[in-house]
Amino acid sequence: MLSLMKKIVLGSGLLLWTSASFAQSLPPYNPVTQERLLNPEESNWLMYRGTYDAHGYSTLDQINIENVDELEMVWSFSTGLREGHQAPPIVNDGYMYVSTPQNHIIALNARTGDLIWRYVRFLPDDLQQLHPTNRGVALYEDRVYLATVDAYLVSLDALTGDVIWEQAVEDYYNGYYMTMAPLIADGKVMVGVSGGELGIRGFVAAYDAVSGEQAWKTYTIPAPGEPGSESWPGDSWQTGGVPVWVTGSYDPELNLSYWGTGNGGPWMGDTRPGDNLYATSVLALDVSTGELEGYHQYHWNDSWDWDEVSAPLLIDFQRNGQTVNGMIHPGRNGYLWFLERDANSIGFVDANPYVYQDVFTSLDPVTGRPEYDMSKKPGTGYEATFCPSLWGGKDWPPAAFSPKTRLLYIPANDNVCSIMIGEEIEYRPGRQFVGRGPSENGGFMIRPGTNHIGELQAWNVDTGERVWTTTFPDQNWGPVLATAGDLVFMGGTNDRYFRAFNANTGDVLWEQRVNSGVNGVPVSYTLDGKQYIAVQAGWGVDAEREQNLLNLVRGESHTVPQGGTIWVFALSD
Amino acid sequence: MSKNDGTGGSVSRRTLIKMGIVTGITVPMPALSQPPSRMRPQLGDLMVFDEGLNIGEVIRPEMLELNQQPVSALAKDPETDTLRDGSRLNRVMITRIDTSKMTERYRDNTADGVIAYSAICTHTGCDVINWDDDELRMACPCHESQFDIYDGGRVVGGPAPRPLAMLPLEIVDGFVRVAASFRGRVGFTQQF
Repeated sequence: MLSLMKKIVLGSGLLLWTSASFAQSLPPYNPVTQERLLNPEESNWLMYRGTYDAHGYSTLDQINIENVDELEMVWSFSTGLREGHQAPPIVNDGYMYVSTPQNHIIALNARTGDLIWRYVRFLPDDLQQLHPTNRGVALYEDRVYLATVDAYLVSLDALTGDVIWEQAVEDYYNGYYMTMAPLIADGKVMVGVSGGELGIRGFVAAYDAVSGEQAWKTYTIPAPGEPGSESWPGDSWQTGGVPVWVTGSYDPELNLSYWGTGNGGPWMGDTRPGDNLYATSVLALDVSTGELEGYHQYHWNDSWDWDEVSAPLLIDFQRNGQTVNGMIHPGRNGYLWFLERDANSIGFVDANPYVYQDVFTSLDPVTGRPEYDMSKKPGTGYEATFCPSLWGGKDWPPAAFSPKTRLLYIPANDNVCSIMIGEEIEYRPGRQFVGRGPSENGGFMIRPGTNHIGELQAWNVDTGERVWTTTFPDQNWGPVLATAGDLVFMGGTNDRYFRAFNANTGDVLWEQRVNSGVNGVPVSYTLDGKQYIAVQAGWGVDAEREQNLLNLVRGESHTVPQGGTIWVFALSD
Repeated sequence: MSKNDGTGGSVSRRTLIKMGIVTGITVPMPALSQPPSRMRPQLGDLMVFDEGLNIGEVIRPEMLELNQQPVSALAKDPETDTLRDGSRLNRVMITRIDTSKMTERYRDNTADGVIAYSAICTHTGCDVINWDDDELRMACPCHESQFDIYDGGRVVGGPAPRPLAMLPLEIVDGFVRVAASFRGRVGFTQQF
């Protein structure tokens, strides 16, 4: 009905639906100030991991181990889209914002699931989407921010969905795209770029949140003459990849943002001899200036497609009777890294494998630099088998940390390996620049004699020891939420279950089968004192690719239905 | 010569728009506004190699081996030598097949066994550059969609929703030329 639903066609070709009647039932919009981002109310979920330290932890405990088996669906909302639904529902005092593949933003009444508005981005016909997904929006003041797959940063009115400005971050035609949720701090919207398979030169850029003007841009590959440039031969720095495609964490006291970086390109390390700084690293960037204040490279001259893009969780932990101002990263390379952070450096503390890893032979005890079994390092014309697989011990799905249990919860994959061989490749703008040749069974292998792949692991951050592991027969692509109710929420398996685990034991306490595999980041919030758990289901991207390869090696045809749905759960009244 | 109004044609764009409005005829605006390099392959265009040792050379059937891995190719305007490389949607993968084994309805789109499909996957628009030489299928490296080149580019695996578009070919004076516009829509499908 026209009186209820307005369809607006903007000059830029974007469609927007609003529903004035639903909006009227909501409270006035509560602007997301910097103060609120620094200390988010437990009733809201204002950013990708809830808080700047990337813990993925909610202090809410109304839903807990005693009553979680009474959890029921309150409402659901079909996004109408396929592919990977990986974004968390971002919640601000009754308003919920969910981004989807193809760059829609759905604004909903968090209480009822009623649609407030929907932003639909028209994507160019000649766009290629290697990773058809989006990992969330960011909120600041009265605006919503989206990083798009055609490499724009868009600022919208949170109440109406009107586009306020959009800023070209890079040219998608040259292989740049974006899938991450922006990080907002100090009045700046920070984003990184994807495109490591397309010959980009990665960077993080910051934009003034009000005007959209670029404040700074810091490349992940140094130009000739800059520190670290000696680690790239010839012109390889110009097309060396090193994307940044997961939201950074932020330490407001140091005013440093921490970003994980992807692998170098092409994939074979022998095409770019050297350490390839700052690939497969964590970078500390000053939020005011973009200056690189420190870094730690997890592994050098990658040949395994082990992007280390997940930002470290900022966690102070105990070592040798001392409190370490620390950060922790479950690496795609299969090692769990404990690091130390300060104003101008990132230090190595210790690291150990958390899944079967057969590439590293040792780590330097001071620097953490690994030595390799070179027979496990594929190269141009040289085929190697290595574990974990190219998707690593943990890919992008974020781990969570509970300050209450002192446990780090890692969504892991064990016992799968890759077979890889390199082939020569020529750079052409916007084209695949991977240089991987064909291998048997798609280059995928399950370790003989093993009985599972997916895991949810819990590690005590103070002792550095694993406390429990819950296993799943097939792959796990489930982001993790921990709560003060001694619960851990996660989906990620190909049986379409969304589950609650006992945070102390790993026992499954509740599970709900939903429409599709759950690749979304779960969140928790309250309205009028009632706690909710929200998550997107919507299988796709690499979870689906791994399923295809599992089917290939097993001779099976297991399919996971696609289609995005937002699910919201609460205790029955 | 008729007066040129600066739009590149003898009839102004505004006049054409007026004609379209009055008559209801669809006006071929892209043909006027697009630079030739961005235009899709046109009838009579020559096909040239876009990669490999013969890059830039006009393709003759004998330069392609039977069931070889398809190679990247582009169309070129023989009158102006304009290579139609202004849009990635123009890229095709070309090879040579045994047409006696091909689904009959698609044979007319081939010439002396030479066959060309759009390089753009109908799933999310990646370049379909991989090749399964056991099954003779084109494959997309992004999400493992597979296409049967003997059956009109039919999807035989993976998430692609539609076949690859075919580019009909003919042989003129020993060279491979474009015989008609793409059969099927090139590119991915915007959802919603």
